[in-house]
Amino acid sequence: MILLSLNPMSLLRAMPGACAQGLIWGVMALGVYITFRLLDFADLTVDGSLATGGATAVMLIRMGVNPWIALLAAFAVGMLAGMVTGLLHTALGIPGILSSILTQISLYSINLNIMGKSNQAINVDQYALVVSLRYISGDALTKFKFYGGVVLGCIILVYILYFYFGTEQGQAIRATGCNQSMAKAQGINTKFHTVLALMISNGLVGLCGGLYAQYQGAADVNMGRGAIVIGLAAVIIGEVLFGKLCAGRKMAFAFTMFAVIAGAVIYYVVIAFVLWLKMPSDDMKLFSAIVVTIFLAIPYLKDKYVKKGVA
Amino acid sequence: MAYALEIKDIHKTFNKGTINEKVALDGVNLQLNEGDFVTIIGGNGAGKSTTLNAIAGVWPVDYGSIIIGGTDVTALPEHKRAKFLGRVFQDPMTGTAATMSIDENMALAARRGKRRTLKWGVTKAEREYYKEKLRELDLGLEDRLTSKVGLLSGGQRQAVTLLMASLQKPELLLLDEHTAALDPKTAAKVLELSDKIIEENHLTAMMVTHNMKDAIAHGNRLIMMHEGRVIYDVSGEEKKHLRVSDLLAKFEEVSGGEFANDRMMLG
Repeated sequence: MILLSLNPMSLLRAMPGACAQGLIWGVMALGVYITFRLLDFADLTVDGSLATGGATAVMLIRMGVNPWIALLAAFAVGMLAGMVTGLLHTALGIPGILSSILTQISLYSINLNIMGKSNQAINVDQYALVVSLRYISGDALTKFKFYGGVVLGCIILVYILYFYFGTEQGQAIRATGCNQSMAKAQGINTKFHTVLALMISNGLVGLCGGLYAQYQGAADVNMGRGAIVIGLAAVIIGEVLFGKLCAGRKMAFAFTMFAVIAGAVIYYVVIAFVLWLKMPSDDMKLFSAIVVTIFLAIPYLKDKYVKKGVA
Repeated sequence: MAYALEIKDIHKTFNKGTINEKVALDGVNLQLNEGDFVTIIGGNGAGKSTTLNAIAGVWPVDYGSIIIGGTDVTALPEHKRAKFLGRVFQDPMTGTAATMSIDENMALAARRGKRRTLKWGVTKAEREYYKEKLRELDLGLEDRLTSKVGLLSGGQRQAVTLLMASLQKPELLLLDEHTAALDPKTAAKVLELSDKIIEENHLTAMMVTHNMKDAIAHGNRLIMMHEGRVIYDVSGEEKKHLRVSDLLAKFEEVSGGEFANDRMMLG
């Protein structure tokens, strides 16, 4: 009965927005992938640095700065946030996850200070924004330019990261994340590379914040709340769905990053779907957390089950 | 000429001031000449691996100094000492990065002690060179250059780690029970490979082992440790004629002596 009351057309109408949002959050998911998978560091800074990126971009645009430059600034403040977490961990010896929580909490105040209040809006009619919700409902050319631009941006980003993690420095980061003893034995300064990875990661998260603030036309002090869960969801969905497809390929790492972005898109499509099923939007965070929990638990439970089966 | 390695009176106590306090190194003195290959034996907790870790800088020593090839490294952190040292660990997992490919692991080792720049991590020319080196191992790894190291067996990983340790000639090679986790056949093969690499590259090396036969058969010098000190140091002709029974006698002598001391204290 309930199903009959649902309008398929409204689901269809929600899709373009969901895809756009997914692509933008894909940038953030790449950042989470770098810390969570490559560095093996549960970094909660992102909940704060996302809003910092958004707040910085919006305030700069309101001051008349070019929206592209504002994105660069968002990237830079994200890196700064990552650096703070990294230094708390490496220079002061605070456990990683706790360092990131400390940064995240302090960023809440910093974000309020940047904006002067809890949210600030920018009007797409006044500024030539890089991305905007409005472009989705624009004419065909605007739509094409918007989606084409976002997809192209994601591709370029993946390739930059792909090549970076193939350099000596990028490989040193990967070795640090994989095996600290080995990395140190090969003369790699693991502390330095940990900070570096956190900076790159949070730079991407800040960039995502800047993009997302432009997309929705406002920055909000709470816009990053639960961002880590969305990022993790994207990483895990991407790995679970496309993992087999990526493994063993020549550029497996680039494919994995595309999978992570695809994971973010799928996440937002699923969210649009459950919202369409009339799930109260207040319950969305609970829903997201449950989905991530299930996907995180699967490998562990599978392992346990398989081992029992053998014995 | 400076010694290849000079250890002067190093002390290390773990968990100082707690109920778990343990004196691990109690005044270790040692001088290695260039080209020395020293095997180290001793009971559990004698300080064998601890000595190697002290040299590698896993943690700072409480007292004393460590000089490698004339450079005092006592104050240097682990990653800065790495340029002097090649290391192979007991656990085959420790020496390599499992999620990275064989060529990437080798490239990381080839850059030991160098700044990590934005240059390409593994060049084509390097890949060819690594292939040649792997072919010499005769394990069929030359065709698996881009395989993840995590897919290799323990013995293969130790062989690759040995190779990595010699890509950039170290002042000192530290082998920390590197065959203990392997089956006897593989262990023998890895030992043979160690000998070959040490000889070909004229390396100065230290090898910790639990196997007295191995300790006698390999290297030109043998050290026995007990309770954080070097208690026996034999080299040259004398070492060549050493038998396991000699070592066992020596071993009993020191642990027996300790037993007698305990009796005295209790009595």
